[in-house]
Amino acid sequence: MSYHIVVCGSIVPDPLQTLTPVDGPQGPALKNEMMLPAVLDPWAGHALYEAANLAARHADCRVWLVSLGPKAKLQQVMMAVAQKAPFELVAVDGPASGFTDSFAVAEALAEAIEGIADLDRDKLLLFGGWQSASRGAGSTIQMVAERLGIVDQFQGVDQLNITDNGLEVLERIEGGSWLTSTVQGAPAAFGWATGELPEPPNNPQVGMMNMKTIMPALQKAKPAALGNGFGVNNVSLPQVVRETRVVKDMPVDDIARELVDWIQG
Amino acid sequence: MYTLNTLPGDDVRQIMWRFAERFDLQMVVQSARQIARGTVATLVAQGARASHEWNEQKGQLLEAFDQSGLTSLFMDPHQGGFIEGPKNLALALVAFELSWVDGGSATCSLASNLALAPIHEKGTPEQRDYYMHRATPPQPGEDREIWRGAFALTEPLPYVGVDTGVLVGKARVDEWKDGEEPVLHVEKRGRFITNMDFAHFVTAAVDSADDRIQGSCMITLQADDPGTFDRGAPTLKMCHQLSSTRDPIISVKVPASRIIGGYEIKDGRIVPNYSHAEIIGAVFHRTRIPVGLMTTAKLLSAIEPVIRYHRSRFRGGEASGPGSPKFEMGLQQKEDTRQRLVDIWAAGEAGASLGFAAARMADEFDPIERQKETLLREQGCEGPRKQMAALRKKQAEALEYVELLFADAPDQARLAELEADALVRFSYLDAVLNVTIPATKLWNTGVGANFLREAISLMGGYGITEDCPGFLMHKWADSQLEATYEGPEAVQRMHLTVTMSNPVFLAALDKKADQLEASGRPGAAALAEGLRSWLWTHQFLASGKDAEGKKLLHRKRQGVSFPLADALCWLVSAISLMDDVAELIEKGPMNPTVAEGLEGLSGFYNDLAFVQVARATGEAGRILAELVYGFAAEGDTAPFAALRASTDAKLAGSRLAKDRASEALAGVMIPEALDYPL
Ligand SMILES: Cc1cc2nc3c(=O)[nH]c(=O)nc-3n(C[C@H](O)[C@H](O)[C@H](O)COP(=O)(O)OP(=O)(O)OC[C@H]3O[C@@H](n4cnc5c(N)ncnc54)[C@H](O)[C@@H]3O)c2cc1C
Repeated sequence: MSYHIVVCGSIVPDPLQTLTPVDGPQGPALKNEMMLPAVLDPWAGHALYEAANLAARHADCRVWLVSLGPKAKLQQVMMAVAQKAPFELVAVDGPASGFTDSFAVAEALAEAIEGIADLDRDKLLLFGGWQSASRGAGSTIQMVAERLGIVDQFQGVDQLNITDNGLEVLERIEGGSWLTSTVQGAPAAFGWATGELPEPPNNPQVGMMNMKTIMPALQKAKPAALGNGFGVNNVSLPQVVRETRVVKDMPVDDIARELVDWIQG
Repeated sequence: MYTLNTLPGDDVRQIMWRFAERFDLQMVVQSARQIARGTVATLVAQGARASHEWNEQKGQLLEAFDQSGLTSLFMDPHQGGFIEGPKNLALALVAFELSWVDGGSATCSLASNLALAPIHEKGTPEQRDYYMHRATPPQPGEDREIWRGAFALTEPLPYVGVDTGVLVGKARVDEWKDGEEPVLHVEKRGRFITNMDFAHFVTAAVDSADDRIQGSCMITLQADDPGTFDRGAPTLKMCHQLSSTRDPIISVKVPASRIIGGYEIKDGRIVPNYSHAEIIGAVFHRTRIPVGLMTTAKLLSAIEPVIRYHRSRFRGGEASGPGSPKFEMGLQQKEDTRQRLVDIWAAGEAGASLGFAAARMADEFDPIERQKETLLREQGCEGPRKQMAALRKKQAEALEYVELLFADAPDQARLAELEADALVRFSYLDAVLNVTIPATKLWNTGVGANFLREAISLMGGYGITEDCPGFLMHKWADSQLEATYEGPEAVQRMHLTVTMSNPVFLAALDKKADQLEASGRPGAAALAEGLRSWLWTHQFLASGKDAEGKKLLHRKRQGVSFPLADALCWLVSAISLMDDVAELIEKGPMNPTVAEGLEGLSGFYNDLAFVQVARATGEAGRILAELVYGFAAEGDTAPFAALRASTDAKLAGSRLAKDRASEALAGVMIPEALDYPL
């Protein structure tokens, strides 16, 4: 059985940066958002590497990465991501921040997926993060799947195996446990947790191949109409200000003790 | 007053260093950066620099280079690489990214390329295919070890060092059967040879010790050749510990076909097609650029940790709480901390602009040089002497080309005609590169090392500890090697002594002064006058004699030519920065991410460039004044006095520029933590 895997994933600001919400002309934004370096959303990253791994192990699979984000920044991030795994990019130009409505984002993503010419919907495995580092709504992939008519959905996925009985899925559930389920086959949707794979090393040869589709995709990326589904009245930093400390060789016990002291204090 | 929102990101660098359209290079940067801030930084943080020996831990570096494509970066696609065409800019960017964290790792990544460079530049097609193929990681389905190389020129004392003319490494004919390939016995002892712990082959410079071999050559020696391939003792170096260095002792028998570039048999003698001097000239012409940029990367890498240290210096104390200036700004409250950092930043930018400009031009130059070789060969001009004579005939046209290149409304047809003439184009690029390449190696490393010391000072006692964020002390120590290997500062000054007097270069410099002045940009007029002062001094020294009647500007008189070269380096690096800032201001609006903060970026970079111009013209002016007046030479020096006074006066506003830049520095947003471990 071959699969057509579509991974939904975009970019988030580099987590090392200072992220300060501000009121911009088009509503809330992060301070200097356009100028901050960005990375692939880690949850989407796990989904992408799992997809590439699956595709490499089964004949005739294809992988698409569907990204809704500001295309200039998307292009920068692709210079690293394109070297990680073979995929074809479908880009939609628009904000990737946490201040958009997941409903509208899902609509734009579903529309972009419907527009993929070679996509065989009977072979479709929809991948994405079970949440995002910019907006942990945890609802986008579900809504994309619904729009595409995919009813078999799994969230918090850590493992996906293709067996003779179909697709065996390991999902995170409460209490630190996993639930194993089996679904007969495509189409199905998977919101990935961390998965099991490390970030692949860069391979420029893969990057050069991917660029053949990535650059044209970025050039023809259409602007997304995300509408005014919801408004944000105000945003503020949490009460406790983030203070990053870099500590070398601290024993785990000491870290735990410090956390407990902090919670109690 | 403008605001500098964030530290310049990749988008800004891609515009300034002109690779915004080259996604292959952008990917290479990401690859190298990931290794630098991952594998390399972890090794340094774990203390891998504490040993002279190469070990398994350090071996992770080679593995990381192989996996991420850096090992095959030097090769063409048909040899297993992935970038088509010249790769000077690519290699420069990689060296820059790796050195951002650790210079030794960059040396390690470049050393195999240095070993391959003689083969790449002058090797026969068979030699190229043989070694290049083995030096790339195996392709899917292949099972083989990756060959590493070492470049062996330097010899134990008292032999080859700065002076590479007389070699003690020797080649003799061991066996020469009729009609068969001669077998040579080659003996080479090396000193300070990089990659020697794991090299499968060395490219060695040797001289003939046999009547049947003519002159010197470079030759490849392999670890599996019959004889002795003793890797020797490790160099007890105190820097660049993430590279391997040993003093090998090699005595092996090899077929004469190993002579790089091949040989002919003339009158029963083996005549190598290239002498060792011809080959190393071609090799070092290019490989010195990345080395210069290594020190530069470290200077620019120091900015973020210094700002962070200054801002957070007093946090956690009882005297100042959140919201108070002492808590929020820390040492950045003090003007001097900010202004000295502006100086460091400006010097780093100038070095980067100079080095990357040289790398780009070298990419342009590579195919032209090959065209020139073919053309001259077709005309029967073989050998350096005949080539020089042929090129001298082109000088008038090269000068005309410079004239048109800088003209406001040039005769386009004539310009295109000259541009299409490979010999004219070669003459121009060669003239400029023969200054900018040694200038990159000399100025970026030597002056850069001094600025690195300043950066350490700004970190106080923390600066000289192993825990100092950004490994600044290591970086400073490493810069001393960058100033030394591949030709120490004296070698670059000797090179410049010859090349800075090339009339084509002098004409271009003169035109550049006019162009700068016409631009009306902050600092441009001062730099233009600085250049004119240098040109005037050059002319004065070239034609004048000292009070004792001795010639002034002369190849043997290093007390004149060396400082004159130093002054030139300050000026050309400032020109490069001015050029890159102009490019940023012109192209920035077209990139949406850069456009957002462009007002602040252009304000800041304009100021930074003016700061650098003030420093550069000041340093150059001091040196030139000594040279003009110091020898009590006869002649009217009034024009120099006027030029110097005019240069100084045109610095009006430069300190205000520094004030603004330093204020911007106090407000710039930096990440919460360094993106590599301590
Ligand atoms: C860690 C390390 C790695 C190296 N890797 C390699 C390698 O892989 N392959 C290789 O072949 N070599 C390598 N080298 C050697 C390096 O290139 C030489 O050290 C360098 O060229 C200088 O030679 P030297 O040390 O003998 O200096 P010397 O020749 O002794 O010069 C010492 C100083 O004397 C002055 N001086 C010398 N000659 C002149 C002159 N004509 N005019 C004015 N001043 C002069 C200069 O100030 C110079 O810096 C390496 C060196 C080190 C330390």
